[in-house]
Amino acid sequence: MQYKLTTPVTREDLSPLKAGDTVLLSGTVYTARDAAHKRMMELLDAGDPLPFPVEGSALYYVGPTPERPGEVIGSAGPTTSGRMDAYAPRLLDLGQAMMIGKGARNGAVKEAVVRNGAVYLAALGGAGALMAASVKKLEMICWEDLGCEAVRRLEVADMPLTVILDAHGGDLYQSGPAAYLASLENKQEGETP
Amino acid sequence: MRTISAAQITEAVARLSIRANTELPADVAAALDRCRRAEPWPLAGETLDLLQDNLNLARERDLPICQDTGMACVFVELGQEVHIDGNFEEAIHEGVRRGYGEGFLRKSIVADPLRRVNTEDNTPASITVRIVPGDRLSLTVAPKGFGSENMSRLGMLKPADGVEGVKKFVVETVRLAGPNPCPPTVLGVGIGGSFDKVAALAKHALLRPLDQPNPDPFYAALEGELLEEINALGIGPQGFGGRTTCLGLAIETASTHVAGLPVAVNVSCHVTRRATEVL
Repeated sequence: MQYKLTTPVTREDLSPLKAGDTVLLSGTVYTARDAAHKRMMELLDAGDPLPFPVEGSALYYVGPTPERPGEVIGSAGPTTSGRMDAYAPRLLDLGQAMMIGKGARNGAVKEAVVRNGAVYLAALGGAGALMAASVKKLEMICWEDLGCEAVRRLEVADMPLTVILDAHGGDLYQSGPAAYLASLENKQEGETP
Repeated sequence: MRTISAAQITEAVARLSIRANTELPADVAAALDRCRRAEPWPLAGETLDLLQDNLNLARERDLPICQDTGMACVFVELGQEVHIDGNFEEAIHEGVRRGYGEGFLRKSIVADPLRRVNTEDNTPASITVRIVPGDRLSLTVAPKGFGSENMSRLGMLKPADGVEGVKKFVVETVRLAGPNPCPPTVLGVGIGGSFDKVAALAKHALLRPLDQPNPDPFYAALEGELLEEINALGIGPQGFGGRTTCLGLAIETASTHVAGLPVAVNVSCHVTRRATEVL
């Protein structure tokens, strides 16, 4: 199934999504990688507000290349999400609804996804030019000293994403390869006279 | 004796940094195309098509293929009859600085591994030099992304583990990496040498074009067997499932100690980049 969603999203918006579905995402998406997550945790520890409204938000784990003059953004594919596992559950518990990245997540993140009715979506790893094409606007909102890791507010239109972890415990990184391997077994059985 | 100026080296490294990040090597592009045609799983086929779209878009819009424009790994083959006029290593760093600036490439290097302050110009380059006969200077810039680099592994196996042990270690590395290194991957495998040497072999193996098997038929056969085993794991493009988990695999070997069997796997992604100029 393909879904069209616009941020901010609610638990109800995300409930129908199943691992393996595709999403065309529009609206506001914030960027953050390791260093920005670490600073967000420091803000929360100090009781200070986060640099963006977290309820129903989408965070894209990306550090784009610098934009050429006149361009909105450079190349902008996802970074490996696992490095954010230490921070993600806390943000999900605060209302963050979507994580966008690539690669496997740990058990704590999977539990936090289910607990909060959130989703983890994959952008196409290594396809920075393709992912950049859906970004219509970019604004640096804080921690410019972090360079490519600074937090940016992106306006995106129909950003192509794939559901990896759904709110019901589904995980495409398990079910996808398993389905392919099962198709090979079925084929072999079919060929046996 | 032939003289090559530091300025010539800087200019070449700057050009190569930009070219490597925007044009996929022909052999890697051909492997992607070949795997696309052999891919039986529909979702995997669609995913490979999108990777092709990305290559086209990068070319049309003059964008880096991947936003991780990497650590600038520079491999030099220096003819022993070449005299370099100026500071050789500084000339390479300056080339990286210039290429990554002028090419709007991402600056991904922190000066210190624990204090982590970005150097803002992607220097220093990681430089590997080999002295060879002749009066030419060959420069290869191979930008290396760390999504895949982080999935690399090194093992000090026992001689008794033999070829089966090596195969198990390589396949296990791919299985553990799962979707993280942006499959379909390219793998550089080092076997033999010492602890430090085997990692260098694995890295160097990534420079070999994917359509060139190991010249030793024994290792060429092992490359083929490993590729087949890896592409039976089912991980598929992006880890969504499918046949195409690995585009190609190169083994490099070195003599080793009677007590040891070092093996290293340097994992690279579908955007395995390298560009060469000979001065």
